[in-house]
Amino acid sequence: MKAAAFDYIRPESLSEAAGLLASHEDARVIAGGQTLVPMMAMRLARPSLLVDIAHIEGLSGIADFGAYIGFGAMTRQAQAEKSTLVATRLPLLAAALPWVGHTPTRNRGTIGGSVANADPAAEIPLVLVTLEGSICWMSADGQGEIVAADLFSGPMSTEMPAAAILTEVRFPVWEGPPIGVGFHEASARRSDFAYVSAAAQVQVDQAGRCIRCTIGIGGALAFPKRLAGASKALTGSQLTAQDIAAGLSEDIAALEIMTDGHASSAYRRRVAGALAARALANARDHARGALR
Amino acid sequence: MNAPSNFTFVSSDRRVREDRRFVAGQGKFVADITETGMLHVAIVHGSQTAARIVSIDATRALEMPGVVGVVEGEELRAAVEPLMNGLDTPRVQRYPLAIKHVRYHGEWVAAVVAQTRAQAEDAAECVDVVYETLPNVIDTEEAYKPGSPPVHPAHGSNVLLDRTFNWGDIDSDFAASDHSLSLRVTWGRSSTVPIETFGVVAMWDPWSETLDVRASIQMPKYADQIARALRLPGNAVRVHYDVDVGGSYGVKRGIKHTVLVGYLAMKLKQPVRLIEDRLENMESGDAHGPDRIFDIEVAFNKDGIVNSMKMRAMDNAGAYAGRAPFQLGKPIGAIVGPYRINSVRYQAVSVTSNKAVQEAVRGFGQSPTNYAIETMMDRVAEFVGLDRVEIRRRNFIRHDEFPYLIPSGTRYDSGDYHVVVDKVMKHVDWDGLIAERDRLRASGLYAGIGISACLEPSGGNSSFEPLLNSTNTTTTWMESCRINVDALGHVTVTIHTTSSGQGHETLASTVIGEILEIDPDSIRIVRTDSLTSLPGNSPVGSRMAVMLGGSCFHAANKLKTKMIAIAAKNLGCAVEAVEYAGGAFHARDSNKKLSWLDLVTIAHRNYHLLPEGFEPGLEATNVYQVPTGNELPTADGRVQMYPCHSFEFHCILATIDPDTGKVDLRRYVIGHDCGTVINPHIVKGMTLGGIAHGIGAALLEEFVYDSEGQMLAQSFMDYLMPSSHEVPEVEIVHHCTPSPFTVMGQKGSGESGYLGAPAAISGAVNDAVRALGIRFNRLPMRMTAISDAIAEAKSNNAQSR
Amino acid sequence: MKISLDVNGQKRPLDIEPRVTLLDALRDDLRLTGAHTGCEHGVCGACTVLVDDAPARSCLMFAVQAEGSKITTIEALAAGPGELGIIQDAFCATHGLQCGYCTPGMILTAHALLRDNPSPTRAEIVDAISGNICRCTGYGQIVEAIELAAQRLRGANLEAVR
Repeated sequence: MKAAAFDYIRPESLSEAAGLLASHEDARVIAGGQTLVPMMAMRLARPSLLVDIAHIEGLSGIADFGAYIGFGAMTRQAQAEKSTLVATRLPLLAAALPWVGHTPTRNRGTIGGSVANADPAAEIPLVLVTLEGSICWMSADGQGEIVAADLFSGPMSTEMPAAAILTEVRFPVWEGPPIGVGFHEASARRSDFAYVSAAAQVQVDQAGRCIRCTIGIGGALAFPKRLAGASKALTGSQLTAQDIAAGLSEDIAALEIMTDGHASSAYRRRVAGALAARALANARDHARGALR
Repeated sequence: MNAPSNFTFVSSDRRVREDRRFVAGQGKFVADITETGMLHVAIVHGSQTAARIVSIDATRALEMPGVVGVVEGEELRAAVEPLMNGLDTPRVQRYPLAIKHVRYHGEWVAAVVAQTRAQAEDAAECVDVVYETLPNVIDTEEAYKPGSPPVHPAHGSNVLLDRTFNWGDIDSDFAASDHSLSLRVTWGRSSTVPIETFGVVAMWDPWSETLDVRASIQMPKYADQIARALRLPGNAVRVHYDVDVGGSYGVKRGIKHTVLVGYLAMKLKQPVRLIEDRLENMESGDAHGPDRIFDIEVAFNKDGIVNSMKMRAMDNAGAYAGRAPFQLGKPIGAIVGPYRINSVRYQAVSVTSNKAVQEAVRGFGQSPTNYAIETMMDRVAEFVGLDRVEIRRRNFIRHDEFPYLIPSGTRYDSGDYHVVVDKVMKHVDWDGLIAERDRLRASGLYAGIGISACLEPSGGNSSFEPLLNSTNTTTTWMESCRINVDALGHVTVTIHTTSSGQGHETLASTVIGEILEIDPDSIRIVRTDSLTSLPGNSPVGSRMAVMLGGSCFHAANKLKTKMIAIAAKNLGCAVEAVEYAGGAFHARDSNKKLSWLDLVTIAHRNYHLLPEGFEPGLEATNVYQVPTGNELPTADGRVQMYPCHSFEFHCILATIDPDTGKVDLRRYVIGHDCGTVINPHIVKGMTLGGIAHGIGAALLEEFVYDSEGQMLAQSFMDYLMPSSHEVPEVEIVHHCTPSPFTVMGQKGSGESGYLGAPAAISGAVNDAVRALGIRFNRLPMRMTAISDAIAEAKSNNAQSR
Repeated sequence: MKISLDVNGQKRPLDIEPRVTLLDALRDDLRLTGAHTGCEHGVCGACTVLVDDAPARSCLMFAVQAEGSKITTIEALAAGPGELGIIQDAFCATHGLQCGYCTPGMILTAHALLRDNPSPTRAEIVDAISGNICRCTGYGQIVEAIELAAQRLRGANLEAVR
């Protein structure tokens, strides 16, 4: 299980990296490598050139831009996990991060890499979609921003232009009254790829009524999806169990479930509904707890 | 612990001496070996489930950088003998590489040798193989049918073994019973999957005409089999036993790998190494475990007393026989579990299919059998409306009935099943456990209690071989040790097998220290090689505490007897008048005394002071035959299988998440009785590790094949072994019923935990869902399948209301 | 490709193909064989080393990526030849191993845990080692070893303070 031969370059700037990707047809970016390296070991991926972006200045770090928190693409997942900024301003991401692989993979794996790989079961893309964040990219031809809803196009594929480098991941921050979050996964072992995952964030007023709500599903689909209808329907409700069940039913029924040997589509749909309800209930209780 | 109190070192809290080198990263594993000029092998794997090999073209591969050669099956067939076949099925031939046909997905078609493993893999991709696809058979019952596509056409069918044993008057017992019921349970194909894959390094010395083999091996008769296959004299193969093995639990028997690499080393006159990568290990390392369907009919009275059992065990061996058929044979030695069952019909069926080959797996077929027996007991309890513990109590063999002869010919050594169960019930607070289960149920979870009462036959022999193959007359199954006391008085012991974590050095030094009354830590243990070894059979069948322990015991006593004779002469008294204590010799009737060193000096330097006829020096050897089991099977298939029978009683409280189906083991208690414990740390570790392995088999692990014979669990992302999250804290309740058949009352414990955990977990899950009217009769019970079944049952129940 | 790795406090020049993993470079080129090859796809944890003091899978990094990082292997944890560190000794005290194959990775993981969290709960220990698969022990005596090591390390620190 040895990777096929390749060349390796460590560019010092983004423009140098972008140039390398533009001039080598099957070059690939390597960030933390926690997904790419095993694919290469199994020879399921065989790039001719690896462009290692780990040493490009300015590509790592977490910054508060008020409306959103920006993560340089090379920011390690462990760095985000330990960040007080994340803990206080992005509680949903904080809740999801312990589910990402194991400590050793989070020490190397990056926020940007997880998003760019677009694994259907990955937690960070689910949070990004649920919070309606965005990513920034650049290539030899230019740069741009893509909102999460438009980013993913299928398992392990995104709408980023070919030869582009993901440079920044932006998670919106909810200001104002107390917010609460819930995150659940169904997986055979704690750290395995999720058969289904659900992420929810709500905001409540002083009476405990939901004034803002977002809910997303991962694992069960080709890529994570925000349940826009449910999110809207539940806003303004008391988030009772009945409210949640009613609010979710239409969106859950409409999910385009992905099947494989691990879990039936019936399982995934059923559990998506159950975990979404749990995530919402947790988020509600969490938010109301903060009122006191 | 109830250890006999008259031991000094045995059963005491002593460190495991092997551990030091491993915690420092100083173990010496096969992949740590480098030799000058060592070449590396990569395998070309068949891409078909069943096919004729039309052609193999290595032209492109041979032009690749670093490539030294490519070997394919036809070349190998001309040079080596077929691998040993345990059954009398001469037309089911197996070679390291496929000959003319591939019979399972991933089967080895050719081997590439290159300067580095990466180069060999590069070239393996460039070996062009053309196939003509043939019909395949994957399903076990399909394979059993006449007319299924034969995996080995020359053999005539897919049936390797189909033998029915009748022990006792089954029909009368069924007729005399109040009730009978039937059930089917299925054990999915899993294995032990050590974290170290199999590896071997071989080098041929043309000047001494010796093949040196270093391998991560745990296999009886390994050196003999290499020599036979490579057509070498037995004394031309030197297997080194000082290679640390990174886990085995039965499966590290890479004979096909070794014959291939040995052939290449001899051909190329350079050291050659093959270390399986994980994909090879899982798909084509030929190390899968039992894959078995049990059909049971059981006859019992209304008070729950079981009178008779008919069991058909049908196992899917895979493409070649491997050790699969014999794993149907060994459980015959405990076919009634811990119960008094008057008569048994046992049909053992082994079929070939286009799946990978099996190897010996922890328990050698006993854990699946225990799962079947224990499920049967739960079903009988349910039928007659009895508590599951009570029905076991009623059927248990009583303490005063041992040694107890079971219908299939094995005499169980000892046991105290009722007392072990009592201790566990008390420890766990049985009524409290039931209350806790009911509280969990009321909180909205599915909750269940599972129990299992299982035997671990130990002190392994190979009685199953003559039982299933009448051309095999093996009754000898020995283990050996040699003790040498050097001229400075220090003790060195040689043992003659590799270790994969069982702690043989600790075992040997503890037993010998006990007998010689010297500090075990002062005794050096050396692992020799096959050319300098006494006969032995390696650590299989939970045998080393009994067998290596027995051998060390006898060798130490032999040495002590010799020393006492020397002492008697020099103390001027009779042998009977010499007292030995703490390494010194006293004459009982005088003040005369000889120290250990005095005696050593006489033995090594003062021939004139030795008793007449004594050989100089101080050494003793013992080749220890397995206690009991010294006779061939009777015509009706009764035989003494293993000598010792450890007992384990598992008690589990589990919950199931009503939505995701995830099983959570909330309480895990095991009562364990393996007789005299030599080292408590080792026994504890074996038990906890066995339970973890059993959790995997019950809930997570399976080599899943699709209907076309593609193995779907090819990586550790699909073959799921329990992590620390999945294994609960286990409480062990000890009991000690010494074995009358062993030197210190010890029994085996190498398979403990694993032999009862799957049965108990199945019992807990089934207890949890009983109210829904559903059952899980197949392992592993994947959370997704549990959830789907619960959802279906709820939906059906809702509709029927 | 010529690189230099900082391994156990020493600069180690290497000339290797980019495709060589850090694991293979440590084992084959630097002959530091305490890191073990288990799955080569990042699941089992047998190859765990510390990269910049944090546990990482050495099979999930190419050696060329590790240039500029500080690599620590099990070989650096012993107090001296034949002398064990506190965590290593605790593993011996509880028999927190059998075959020894996963052990170096376990101990490095425990080392990092106890550095960051001197008084871990059982649950925290279980979580910390959950990325290291052990097939022998069922983890019980490994958890006990880390608990014992934590206790001893706390005691040792108290001694130092007094």
